[in-house]
Amino acid sequence: MDDHQLVERLRGGDEGAFVSLVRQHQPGLLRLAESIVGNRAVAEEVVQDTWLAVCKGADAFEGRSSLKTWIYTILVNRARSTATRERRSEPVDNDAYHGCFDSSGAWATAPVPWSEKVDDEIVARQFAKLVSQVLPDLPDAQQQVLLLRDVEGLPAAEVATLLSISDGNQRVLLHRARCSIRRHLENAMGGEWS
Amino acid sequence: MVVIWWKKRRGIVCEQAVRLMAGYLDGVLPEADRARLEAHLAECPHCSEHLAQLRIAISAAGHAQPDDLPEKAIDDLVAVFRRWQRE
Repeated sequence: MDDHQLVERLRGGDEGAFVSLVRQHQPGLLRLAESIVGNRAVAEEVVQDTWLAVCKGADAFEGRSSLKTWIYTILVNRARSTATRERRSEPVDNDAYHGCFDSSGAWATAPVPWSEKVDDEIVARQFAKLVSQVLPDLPDAQQQVLLLRDVEGLPAAEVATLLSISDGNQRVLLHRARCSIRRHLENAMGGEWS
Repeated sequence: MVVIWWKKRRGIVCEQAVRLMAGYLDGVLPEADRARLEAHLAECPHCSEHLAQLRIAISAAGHAQPDDLPEKAIDDLVAVFRRWQRE
C-alpha cells in the first residue's frame, strides 16, 4: 500500500491503516524521540502525541514529502518542544578526527586494515547489533542524523529540513557519527572477530 | 599562468581527503573536488581503507533496525486511536 492509500484509509478512520503505520514506524520514532528528550518514558509520551497529531492532521498531508518524512517531522517538532521545556542540554560535539593527523595532514597513525575481512553475513549482523548498542552513546545531534539517514534511509535534504539544520551541517554531523561507528567496528575487529 | 596551472594540479593530503569523504559518499562533491579525492585515493591505501571502513559502517547502520514492537505497545496505541475517534 502506498502513502496516499494509507493516508486515505487513515482519513476514513481505518484502524488497520493506523496499526500498519504503527508497526512500521513506532520503533524508529521511539528511538529518535529518546535521542532528543533523553528519557524513555517521556519519549513514549511524545510518540503517542505524534500519532494523535498524525491522525488529526491526516487531511493536511499533501504528499510533498514522503509520509515517513512527514511523520518524523511531527515527531521532531514535538520532541524538541518537550526537550526545551525540560531544558535538556546538548553534549559537546567533538571533532571525530582530533589527533588523527600530523602537522603535514598525513595520518599520524595509519588506519588498521580490516575492511577486506568483512564479507560475510554473520559479521554484518553482528555489526548491526553493535551499532544499536553504541548509538545511544553518540552526541544527540549526530545520533539523530545517523538514525534518520543511515538507519531509516531518509534523503539528505529531507533530514536537513526536518531537523532544521543546513545541508552542510547535516553532512558534518553524519560524517562524525559514521566515523564514531567506524571506530567502534574497528575496536570490535581487533577483538573477538580478528 | 604557471601559478594557476599549479593550483589546478596540486593534490590533497590525507586530512583533506578524509574531510571530503562525507560529500563524496553523498554524491554531492563538486567535480574538481571529486577528481582530487579520487586521485588521492588511487595513491593512498590508508585513505582507501578508511573509505571502505566508512562504507561498512553505513551498511551496518542500515541493518541496525530497532527491536520489534511488543504487542502490548500496539494495543495501547490502538486504544488511543479509538479514544480519539470517539471524541
